[in-house]
Parts: sequence; C-alpha cells; structure tokens
Amino acid sequence: MTAARSHASPTSGSHGAEAERVTEEARDRGLDARLVVDRGSFHLDVALTAAPGDVVAVLGPNGAGKTTALRALAGLAPLSGGHLRLDGAELDGVPPEHRPVGVVFQDYLLFPHLSALDNVAFGPRCRGAAKVESRAQAAELLARLGLADHASARPAGLSGGQAQRVALARALAIRPRLLLLDEPLAALDARTRLDVRSQLRRHLAEFEAVAVLVTHDPLDAMVLADRLVVIERGQVVQEGSPADIARRPRTDYIAQLVGLNLYRGRADGHTVRLDTGAAITTTEELSGPAFVAFPPGAVTLHLDRPSGSSARNLWRCEVSGLETHGDQIRVDLTGELPLAADLTTIAAAELGLHPGALVWAAVKAAQTHAYPA
Amino acid sequence: MTRHDPTVSGSTGTTTHASAPAEDALVGGPRRGRVRRSGAPLPLLLPALVGLAFLLLPLIALLVRTPWHSLPTQLASTEVWQALRLSLVSATAATAVSMVLGVPLAWLLARTDFPGRGLVRALVTLPLVLPPVVGGVALLLALGRNGVVGRWLDAWFGITLPFTTAGVVLAEAFVAMPFLVISVEGTLRAADPRYEEAAATLGASRFTAFRRITLPLIAPGIAAGAVLAWARALGEFGATITFAGNFPGRTQTMPLAVYLALQNDPAAAIALSLVLLAVSIAVLAGLRDRWITAS
Amino acid sequence: MKIRSMCRTPEARQTRRAHRTRRFLRLAGTGAAALLALSACSSSSDASASKKPTGTVTVFAAASLKESFTTLGKEFEKEHPGTKVSFNFGGSDSLAAGITSGAPADVFAAASPATMALVTDKQGTAGAPVTFVRNQLEIATLPGNPDKVSSLKDLTASGLKVVLCDRTVPCGAAAQKALDAAGLKLTPVSYEHDVKSALTKVELKEADAAVVYRTDVRAAGSKVAGVEFPESAKAVNDYPIALLKNAQNTTAAKAFITLVRSEEGQKVLTGAGFLKP
Repeated sequence: MTAARSHASPTSGSHGAEAERVTEEARDRGLDARLVVDRGSFHLDVALTAAPGDVVAVLGPNGAGKTTALRALAGLAPLSGGHLRLDGAELDGVPPEHRPVGVVFQDYLLFPHLSALDNVAFGPRCRGAAKVESRAQAAELLARLGLADHASARPAGLSGGQAQRVALARALAIRPRLLLLDEPLAALDARTRLDVRSQLRRHLAEFEAVAVLVTHDPLDAMVLADRLVVIERGQVVQEGSPADIARRPRTDYIAQLVGLNLYRGRADGHTVRLDTGAAITTTEELSGPAFVAFPPGAVTLHLDRPSGSSARNLWRCEVSGLETHGDQIRVDLTGELPLAADLTTIAAAELGLHPGALVWAAVKAAQTHAYPA
Repeated sequence: MTRHDPTVSGSTGTTTHASAPAEDALVGGPRRGRVRRSGAPLPLLLPALVGLAFLLLPLIALLVRTPWHSLPTQLASTEVWQALRLSLVSATAATAVSMVLGVPLAWLLARTDFPGRGLVRALVTLPLVLPPVVGGVALLLALGRNGVVGRWLDAWFGITLPFTTAGVVLAEAFVAMPFLVISVEGTLRAADPRYEEAAATLGASRFTAFRRITLPLIAPGIAAGAVLAWARALGEFGATITFAGNFPGRTQTMPLAVYLALQNDPAAAIALSLVLLAVSIAVLAGLRDRWITAS
Repeated sequence: MKIRSMCRTPEARQTRRAHRTRRFLRLAGTGAAALLALSACSSSSDASASKKPTGTVTVFAAASLKESFTTLGKEFEKEHPGTKVSFNFGGSDSLAAGITSGAPADVFAAASPATMALVTDKQGTAGAPVTFVRNQLEIATLPGNPDKVSSLKDLTASGLKVVLCDRTVPCGAAAQKALDAAGLKLTPVSYEHDVKSALTKVELKEADAAVVYRTDVRAAGSKVAGVEFPESAKAVNDYPIALLKNAQNTTAAKAFITLVRSEEGQKVLTGAGFLKP
C-alpha cells in the first residue's frame, strides 16, 4: 500500500532490522516513542515506532498496560521517562489539547447533549475553526463515513455501529497525525462487530498518518493492523506482522491466543530437547535455544502404542480435562509433554476418553514448526 | 406528591443520567421507562406514608386555622406585597450568587486534588449546621461596617452591606449556597470525568471542556441544587434579620414579616405564611414542569 | 394531647377545656404547653395547704428580667429551704400566649401592661396585676458617644444610622410613643425584632445609635454609652406581676412576688437599671 507498509512484510526475517528502519523513518515522519510510566508496583516500558500509514495493534492481556500506553500517547497520563516524538516533534509535556492526536475511546464517550454533527464539529471548533466551517467539515466527514442521515441525531439515538463511526469521525475531524483507538470493537455485540470490523479496516487503510489501536482480541488485531506489538506486564514480548506472530508465537499468552502448543528448548539438529527432558522431532534443522509450535489439530491420540505410525513424536500422556471447542473436543493432556489436542467428537467417543485415562499422543514432525528463540 | 417533589426527582434523574453515560451511548434508541412493579412493600410504604403525613400535617393545620374571612383585608396591605416582592427578588439573586460562586467551588472540590480538601468540604457545609442567627452575627463581624473585611469596603468604596437589600442577598446566599455546592459536587462526582478527557483530546482547554461539556452534563444537578438553594433562601430568617435588619421594602422579607406579625397578630402571620407557601409551591411546580418538557 | 393525658390532674383537664375555646393562639403555644405540662407532672406539688413555701414555683418572666430575677430566685431558695424557682424567660407576648394556652405557671412578670392584658383578658390571673418596676427608654450610642447625641432630635440627623425596635414589640411601641410625644419623625435603618438585637447592632458598631431600655444599656456595660432624654418619661414601661389562676404552688408563688416587691427585691432590680414604680 505505502512504502512504509512493506517494512511489516511477513517475509522479513529479522525483527531488529525492521524496527531499525522504522525508527529511522519515524524520526521525522511518524511515531517514535518509548513510553515509561511508573505507577506504584506497575512499571510500563514500551517502545513503539510506526511510519505514516501504519496501523499498529497493541495486543495484550488485561492489566498488561495497553490502556496506560494509549493514555500516555494521548497525553492523559504523564510519562515517567522515555520520549514521545511525532513527526519529529517532541510531545512529552505537551497537554492533550495541543497534541495532534485523535482518540476513539472504548465506549466512545460521545457527548450526550450534542448531536452527532456537533460532536464531530467540537474538535475543529476548539482548535480555532469558525462555527460554520467546522460544521461543514463535520458534515463532510459524517457523509464520508455514511452517516449523513444521522448528523442531527443525539448519541442516545444511534446504534452501536453508528456511534462507533461518529466517534471515529470526531477523532479524525482534528486531522490527527496519530489516531488512537482503545478497544474499538469491544463495546459491540458479535453481529455488529463483524460489519464494523470490516468498515473500520477500510477506514484505517485510508488513513494517511499513524494509527495505534489497543485490543485484547487477537482477531481484531490481526484483521485491522499491519503490525502487532504484544505486551505483557508492561513489557513488549513480541512484535511483528500478524502472520509472523500467528506462526511463531514466543510466549504462552500469544500461543494461546493463536491456538498453538508452544515449547521452548534447545535445538540440536532435528531434535529440540525441552528442560523437562521431553524431545520433539522437527523438520527444521537448528541449533541453540529454540521454540517449537504445533496446532492441537496435529495431535492424534491412541489407546495402544501405535506401531506402524509414521509420526516421529510419541508421548505417554494422561487426560486431565475435556471440553467442547467449536465442533471438536479439546483434550488437555499432562505427562511427558503437556499439550492440547483437538479431536472430532466421534474419535473422542471411540477412544472412550475421560479424565485420568492414559493415552499415546503422536505428532508428525512435518506438522511442527521450530524457530530460534 | 413526593414524585413531584422537584429536588428529589431532580437529583435522582441526574445520578442515573450521569452514572450511565456509556450505556446511553451504546444501547441507543429512546430511553426506556423503568418497569413499574405494582405494590410497594409494606416496610417501605408505611414509613413513607407516615413521613409524608409528618411533613404535610403542619401545613394542613395552617390551612385549617387560616382566618379565611379576614384574609382579603390582610392581603390588601401593601407591606405584604412589598415583602413578597423583596423575598422573590432577593432569593433569586441569592441563588444567582450561589450558582456563580458555588458551581466553580463544587468543581474544585470534585475534580481537583489539593491538601486539606476534606477540611474545605467540611467547612463549606458549615453554614448548614450553624444556627442562622449565628451566621448573621458572623457575617456582621466579617462584612459589617466594622467587620474584618467590611471596614475596608466602607473605607475604600463606601460600601456598607448591613441594612441593605444587598445584605439580604448575601445573608441568604451564605445560608443557601452549601445546598447548591453539595448538590453540584455530588452530580460532578457521579458524572464521568472521561468526557472532560475526551474533550481535551479534541483540543478543548480545561475551561472550555467545563463550559461546553461538563456544565451541560451536570445541568440537571445544578438545577436541582439551585431549587434547593432558592427554597432555602426564600425561607431564610435568622441570618437575614441579624445581618440586614428589618426595614419594610428594603430588608423586610416575608419570613421577617411573618415573624413580626406573629408578635401581636397571629392571624396576619398565618395569612402571610399562606402567601409565601402558595407562591413557592407555584414557582417550584412550574419549574419542575419546565424541566420535564425540556429533558 | 397524649403527653398531657399522662398527667391526670383536674388542672390538666381544665386546661384542655380552656384550650378548646381559644382561637389562633393555640398554634403558637401548643407545643410549648405540652412540653411544659410534662415537666409540671414531676415538679408540681400540693403544698398550698401549708403556710411555709416549699416545692417548685414556676415563674414566667420577660427576657429583660433575666439577670435580676435569676439573682432573686437564688435568694428565694436560700431564704426558703426546700423550694426551687423554675424560670421561663422569653418575649412577654409569647409567654402570655403560652399561659393562655395552658402552660402551667405560677407567676407571670410581663414587660408591659398590654402583654399582661392578654392573660387578664382570659381571666388567667388570680387578682389584679401590680406594677413592680418601671423601665425607661434610653439612647444607646457607640462608646464615648462620637456622634455627640444628646437628645432624641439628634437621632433624626441625616447620615446617622439608628435602629429602633419594631412597633410590634414593647420597646418599639414605647419608642414610637416617645417620638410622637416629641413630634419627631425618625426613619431608622432597621426595625429590630427585639431589644437585644437592636442593642447588638450598636455593640457591633453597625448602627450609630439605638433606642433601647435603660436596663439594656446598663447590662451592656462599656460596649455602649447611654444617653437619657426627657421624652422617655412619656413612654415609661410598667412591668406588672401577677399570681396566675392555675398556679399549682400558690404559697410559694405569693412568697416570690412578695420578695420581688420587697425592699431587698427592689434593690436588685434598680441595680439593674429599673425604676421603682
């Protein structure tokens, strides 16, 4: 799409090199931030860089510091350290009303006493535009977002999806150089979410400056963003393209989000040996610290030790839990290697699985994926 | 009767409105009325009715004992209308003073953090517990001709407040403002401060955010507080008579006229009380209707 | 009503009957009367039979008598061991309203014949009231009399802030009488609701002068300066005292009235600024 976007290409092998290039460009165009916020026992230290046109998703569990990072970017929470540069200008210490930063809040926070039009016109008006001019601008933005018919409606009279678009229009009305979205889809029900997600994706793709969205939903992050920054306990644990992160998770949290079994160990040729002693055979040839990941669907379970199986990996396990997972049964196993396996309902019934049952778990080497840690 | 009490429903409406702005924005559609379940439980109904009777009984007694036949002569006196006019004007002015000074004070208490804020809040409510006569004396000591501040007002500007209508307004505002401050502060605390943050990200200074966002959001709370303050100011007696004295047309408000009439002509006192009562009920009921149609 | 019915005395019943005949005063007096009736349950005793005063005597007296009557009360209790004087000081008119509404009192000392008349009109006294002291008006000015007020006429000077009592209270009526006698027209800055608050305005230097009672000027000490004026003779206030018809302790009540009118009692009262009748 833009030159900048190619930086986030999934084929890019080295994250370090990619980040460096982004940083270099962000020095005078885009976002270059290291957000350090100390609040009692909580410590946030997150580096964020993005070029104009980038959509970066900050993904993390609750309490990871996502919202704090967003508030720091908006100027609603002070930085304890680090820096915050946007298009080359230092923003740290600049009050929120003087930052070229637009925010779409999680529950939108549309001013209930103003019409949709006046909500959108509020920003330009505060930033010095004449009343007529700011209203015209607002009307144009609303029309562009397909809300021309709802310009005079109060927020209470808008549907969730419409309110979300008004909030987006309001944030865009100040022509921000940085657009922040806090859990942009969290307030919507599942049905509306699908529509709004695709609309939002289109609008974000059209946006020419930096957009940073914060979410705990991996699907939102992967659909909306070109680059993910995963934070846990105030630290960045992984960043990269959605595809890269989905394929090569580096923490249990991400593995869980993308639905993979993830192990860390030491590679020696085609074998990765874990600290627990278990070994996983892989097709990749590596040496040194490495991750191995494979999907639960790649696991097959057997009551007796399979003899003619082509699977290179075989572990003795005990069923610790069973639960329905979509149209499949998710089996949690402990033993030589703790893992999750997905079985069809029929297979699970034939095996007569129950907590405490002993089984053999097999995974073909070709279905594992090993990469350096 | 209770449902129409402006202060009660006014403040409830405010809280609901302010504490659930997110839902308002999200749920969409016209605000739905609460589902009414028939039959109030007895443990609530009984004390409620006793409470209502307790509040209304003295008023009913007043009506029963009103010397209706002499009422027209009582009301024909110009002093009555003079006192009534002064009461309405001064109570309204006192409410205005309370709003101009009280709303920012409430904002300060609700939205900023400074050492000793708890103490300041307690001090603000002091006029509520102070016997009004003591309040009047305190005002004399502060703003009187010989008062701590008053002597400078007199020396520099030639302003003396006691025995003037301005003095009446100040005495009433002194007693009434805490009602407004407490009411508005409560509403502000219940209101979502993130609206002010949202306004800030859009480029609004703190004052602009207050004026264009917060103020409209807490308007129902301000209105409720203003009505409380107005009603309190209208009935003010102790501080007024102590600070501003009693002179017909200048500082003699209705409560003062009632009190003095009570000394030697209780029938006149009842007639005057009735007028005050009727006017305040008319004003309060009128305001309530306007809000309902406005909101 | 419930409170009162706890005292099953004939007096209480009589009070109740009398109560029914009254018109508006009921409103003002009922609450106070009920409370007083309750206290009377414990304090009243049928000591009237014996000659020696014992038990409690309840005296309703004008507020201006507070200091001197309290002194006399202590003396009375010393002179007659076993007695107790219970005072209720207040505005004469509200006291009168209380008495006519059935408040149990033995003695009533009013600040004006007019307020006493409220009680005698309802046949509330036993025998005719007698004047025991008189009070005269005086001008209270700021300490040292900086405005050089020497007559009632001086008060009409422009720029002088004068407070009077409201015409509805005795000191205001008296002041008006004095002004009328002098043929003067005086516009005060305020008509105060009682004599004490008129005096307070001068004490706090908010007003330059007030027309109050001699006794009040005396009680204020150095905080105000008193200026006598001849017209005050035209508006001398008589203080009547009377034994009440519903008195429950007649012997002690009579003894107290005697003390008030005695040489000893008059000494205390004139010391406070009252004039002998």
